[in-house]
Amino acid sequence: MRRVALSVNGTRHELDVEPRDLLVYVLRERLGLTGTTVGCDTSSCGSCTVLVNGESVKSCTMLGVQADGLELTTIEGLARNGELHPVQQAFHEHHALQCGYCTPGMVLAAVSLIEAGEATDEDAIREGLEGNLCRCTGYHNIVQAVSAAAGVS
Amino acid sequence: MAVVEETGTYIGAPVKRKEDVSLLRGRGTYVDGLTLPGMLWMAVVRSPYAHARIESIDLTAARAAEGVVAAYSGADLADDWVGGLPCAWPVTEDIKMPPHYPLASEETRYQGDPVAVVIAESRALAKDAAELVDVTYAPLPATADVEKALADGAPLVHEDLGTNECYVWKLETDDVQAAIDAADVVVTRRYMQPRLIPNAIEPRGVLAQVDPTGEVTVWSATQTPHIQRFALQLVLGIPESKIRVIAPDVGGGFGSKIQVYGEAPLAVAVARRLGRPVKWIEERAENYLGTIHGRDVVHELTFAATKDGDITAVKSEAWCAMGAYLELVTPGIPLLGAWIYSGPYDIPNYSVTFTGVFTHTTPTDAYRGAGRPEATYVLERTMDALAAELGIDRVELRRRNFVKEFPHTMASGLTIDSGDYHASLDKLLELLDLDSIRAEQESRRSSGDVKQLGVGFSTYNEMCGLAPSRILGAIRYAVGGWESATIRFQPLGSVQVVIGTSPHGQSHETTFAQIVADQLGIGVDTIDVIHGDTASSQLGLDTYGSRSLAVGGIALHHAGEKIIEKARAIVAHQLEVSEDDLEFSGGAFSVKGSPDRSLTIQEAAFAAHTAHNLPDGMEPGLEQTAVFDPPNFSWPGGAHAAVVEVDTETGDTRLVRYVAVDDVGQPVNPMIVEGQVHGGVTQGIAAALYEEGDYDDDANLLTTTMTTYLVPSAAELPSYETALTETRADNPLGVKGVGETGTIASAPAVINAVVDALSHLGVTDIQMPATPERVWTAIQEATS
Repeated sequence: MRRVALSVNGTRHELDVEPRDLLVYVLRERLGLTGTTVGCDTSSCGSCTVLVNGESVKSCTMLGVQADGLELTTIEGLARNGELHPVQQAFHEHHALQCGYCTPGMVLAAVSLIEAGEATDEDAIREGLEGNLCRCTGYHNIVQAVSAAAGVS
Repeated sequence: MAVVEETGTYIGAPVKRKEDVSLLRGRGTYVDGLTLPGMLWMAVVRSPYAHARIESIDLTAARAAEGVVAAYSGADLADDWVGGLPCAWPVTEDIKMPPHYPLASEETRYQGDPVAVVIAESRALAKDAAELVDVTYAPLPATADVEKALADGAPLVHEDLGTNECYVWKLETDDVQAAIDAADVVVTRRYMQPRLIPNAIEPRGVLAQVDPTGEVTVWSATQTPHIQRFALQLVLGIPESKIRVIAPDVGGGFGSKIQVYGEAPLAVAVARRLGRPVKWIEERAENYLGTIHGRDVVHELTFAATKDGDITAVKSEAWCAMGAYLELVTPGIPLLGAWIYSGPYDIPNYSVTFTGVFTHTTPTDAYRGAGRPEATYVLERTMDALAAELGIDRVELRRRNFVKEFPHTMASGLTIDSGDYHASLDKLLELLDLDSIRAEQESRRSSGDVKQLGVGFSTYNEMCGLAPSRILGAIRYAVGGWESATIRFQPLGSVQVVIGTSPHGQSHETTFAQIVADQLGIGVDTIDVIHGDTASSQLGLDTYGSRSLAVGGIALHHAGEKIIEKARAIVAHQLEVSEDDLEFSGGAFSVKGSPDRSLTIQEAAFAAHTAHNLPDGMEPGLEQTAVFDPPNFSWPGGAHAAVVEVDTETGDTRLVRYVAVDDVGQPVNPMIVEGQVHGGVTQGIAAALYEEGDYDDDANLLTTTMTTYLVPSAAELPSYETALTETRADNPLGVKGVGETGTIASAPAVINAVVDALSHLGVTDIQMPATPERVWTAIQEATS
């Protein structure tokens, strides 16, 4: 066991984690933040994407101990004062989710892409979301939503 | 939040989804997010061999491992089962139905066949200990190929059956061979449709709890809570009345969460033995082995036609992989396409034969479209081949053979209630601008451009909305095809709608609320739709086969009629007028000619609850249930086109445009309909260009992760162009199914486009998926 201190959605947590615990399971099973989902074993699907110091990271590719001292945002921390983040709101307006399982990761990947200034046109958005798989929407409405949130046509 | 606030205008409006409120905040309740006090974790040990005799299973080390509470082999749990995992569709009288138990105890028959379970205090400890289970296998020969499996001397999946042939099923009109013999032109083509792995992004999962009283609660990532409930009785002997199955939020299914997999009864059996809740969550690699696959069919399709292009006969023979065991509806999947091998065309002579074949592979079962993509693919590919043979334009050949009048009874015997295939095709051509695509294609061909352009078409129909119970009975399906819905007014006027279908992305909470809001003249936000829990919805047959709206939606409409009828009687009694004197509009009953004398339906509901002044003999409360058994299937149709760019040096194919025009009847929510089309189309495109579940010669699965089985991302796909043409279905809402149309139509459009791009080089066929290697090889073979 190793003691780590991390900030998640603005709340500081100190906890003992096993060296082998993946960050995604620390979030889900230790902190009860089950909005971050798990879809594969190979870092392929992107469902578990969270923001680490503002950048999107697949939380199955990080160990919990590596998050020591870092600031994380999960889907639960994106809405402010009850108001959806503009990317969440755009997903709602454009019907960019169906079953919702990939949605937390997809939304956070999109937030990171927009904040990095990389969501410049449709092709860039499609390339930028390559690491996040959705089986329901065919991506059409996701691209529409991210374009709208990024202010590109 | 609804975009439409006034009542009476919800159907046809793009109302934003109620479901999003939780899901967008990460507040979905998928099974893996659920935890119960004292909960244990189950891990499943699976066979690494496709076919092996189990010589011994030693659980000693696993049982001694840290955190392990128990470990069981198949022999240990043999007395827990009163029956095997059920197959509900014995398609012929003499079908071979091998026994299938949750754990194999003597022989394993596919790579991934479960042989033992380990139960421990945590997910990680259960998986660690599963590694310590020591199974001694004696490997046996295996085959994953349907044709090799039927050859003499092939390794048998079930030795005691003496054959790998599961069944032969035939549907034939009288004069097929005569029509073929008399035809001016006969075209026969052969096709291989590979295995597809459904890949719902949420893997399967089960959480089971057994109370000391014997009450069982199962939370399951399933499309079919009601089917799970009766199957659990069949396997475990626990009465259905003591079993509650809850499908919480479910992260996609596409057919792969219909089945009754062994892990559910295993979790219940183990929870019953240990007196603690038990959870099992599938890993993706497990999902590829242990969750059903789709397709894996070899076809030979023949068209007979006049020289003018009138198709006079269609004959299909298909060899369909069952896999190693029969899951819930494995043998019946081909039959779901059996009646539509004439597609949207009027073809008088008809023959379809399916041979079901056991192979040493993961069982096949329903994957989006189930039987209909298989039929539509071979049909639409062969339409292009026939057009080439006749020298007739591909679009004109389709148009010439379209069914023109409805209702239309097909040679296969079923009746299409409605459609207008010309209208869909006209709309498609309008959107496509074929002339400019042809001009660009010509230009690239004449300049010898490395990147060649192709356009492909698919005009289709499909039968969905499963299904008329009598027809299901006649084709030997074990249960019915009806659906139920309940509308319940609470005393103060809010409304609960309880449905028997169980969504996993289809937006039932929104769509069904729209139907009730319009019919009863109340706001959509007044209505809550409850689903996915057998304790709330005792009657239901769940979600598959594009049935929820076409069957469940009609049940809901009939429940609404009953509500209005009862409320009308209450209002007439209270206002002391005859029921005939009342008009119902905008949520209120008013006296004809005296509109100031009125009561709202919510006032009627309050009166029904107080019961102070009801007609003599009327029961208090305003709650009505309707069960609807559809008289016919649902018949969507349409016209799709794909435009592809093929790099002739590398074989790389890019989809550059996809245009889909569909007739799904009256759209209740066009935004949601469009989303279903996008998703469906994408799964067909994926099958055409990327996805293939591949086994080696020893029946080892080669595509075991998302890094080798290529689920496309946004980067591989274009945005789509979609439109609807509308003919009302023969039901009170005019609605048809839409969940599977895109997948059914799209794969042949894409492959037809790839072949079109290369036809000037002499390429006439490319097997799905059109990988760079296959395309490059086809070009080399055609041009060498």
